[in-house]
Amino acid sequence: MMATKPLSAERAFALDYTAEADRIEARLREVLTKDLNRRGLVVAISGGIDSSVSAALAVRAVGPKRVYGLLLPERVSSPQSTHRGRLLATHLGIEHEVFDIAPALEALGCYARIDEVCKAVHPDYGAGWKNKIVLEGGLQGRYNHFKLVAQDPAGALHEARLEYRQYLQIVAATNFKQRVRKTMEYYHADRLNYAVVGTPNRLEYDQGFFVKNGDGSADVKPIAHLYKSQVYAMARFMKLPDEICNAIPTTDTYSLAQGQDEFYFGLPYAQMDLALWAYEHGESTATLGAALGISADAAKAVYADIEAKRRATKYLGGAPILMGCSVSAD
Amino acid sequence: MSAGEQVRQYILENFLFSTDTSLLGMDDSFLGRGLIDSTGMLEVLLFLEETFGIKVADNEMVPENLDSVNRIAAFVARKKA
Repeated sequence: MMATKPLSAERAFALDYTAEADRIEARLREVLTKDLNRRGLVVAISGGIDSSVSAALAVRAVGPKRVYGLLLPERVSSPQSTHRGRLLATHLGIEHEVFDIAPALEALGCYARIDEVCKAVHPDYGAGWKNKIVLEGGLQGRYNHFKLVAQDPAGALHEARLEYRQYLQIVAATNFKQRVRKTMEYYHADRLNYAVVGTPNRLEYDQGFFVKNGDGSADVKPIAHLYKSQVYAMARFMKLPDEICNAIPTTDTYSLAQGQDEFYFGLPYAQMDLALWAYEHGESTATLGAALGISADAAKAVYADIEAKRRATKYLGGAPILMGCSVSAD
Repeated sequence: MSAGEQVRQYILENFLFSTDTSLLGMDDSFLGRGLIDSTGMLEVLLFLEETFGIKVADNEMVPENLDSVNRIAAFVARKKA
């Protein structure tokens, strides 16, 4: 009887990074020439690993003079993110600018609409408070739902489940951030006759971790087929600065520090990567459980959550649905 | 109108845009039919809390309680007992 190979990140994410980087850069040039007819690439740089690797691949493809970097911080962005973004742009030698989108968000009522929900949930919420939303449920076999976590000025945390209308409003208001950023990216792309690079990794792309017409919108997505573990490896292969290679993934979207795992994925990215790989390769829940150090039942809930997120976010990536042929009067 | 009928009517009107009861069996799985996702379930919870005056705890938000009209009706009955 053949022994089943244990599931491991080393086996799952093995890649020839030289060949893969060469392939992506050639494909980017081909897409620009044959599909998009644009002269270069705009990349919004968040300071995180995905946009950094995407920008570096863009530079490999068309050279630093044909890549325009945008740093688009707002009121709650971490200064470290902007610092890492500048570090990357300097490292790559690309033209870039920092544009604060907070005034635009203020004008749209983004912050006021978020605060309105926070006050409805926690009546004392006001100046000096911070907030974030946290996903719960799916990995415990429950329906996914969000909790609002608010921190008062003394540092105490207050948690409450968001009801339907509150959840919709806080997400809708927060989505202004990604959509305003995309508006700026397309302004510069139009101005320069460039294409816009989208920067999701495979986990984000597969699980719908993006905003429709926000960070989900782009002309080309060079790393959407790579697991996040592979994106980190690609960053090290391309010798990006250590500060970037070692950055912990955050959403950088809410005023309280928030990991991507607590916001959306439920598990740290390395485990979630492995779970998605295992799901896509038909591995049993027992095999996944053994690899993650969890029970087969817990692994089953992880698979169910992957399926639930795919179902719930399927519409995000689709083109508008047309109504088909009209009914003839004959 | 029984709780189950109220729930079926609510789901028919809000998720299927219809009043045709033949479109939703009392034991149809919402998940199995792809009818109600996690956001939709928040909407159903709000309806249950406002209509029946119950409070649904986090650990009660499971398909065993909520994944069909009959399951919801039984859950509401247990909560109100």
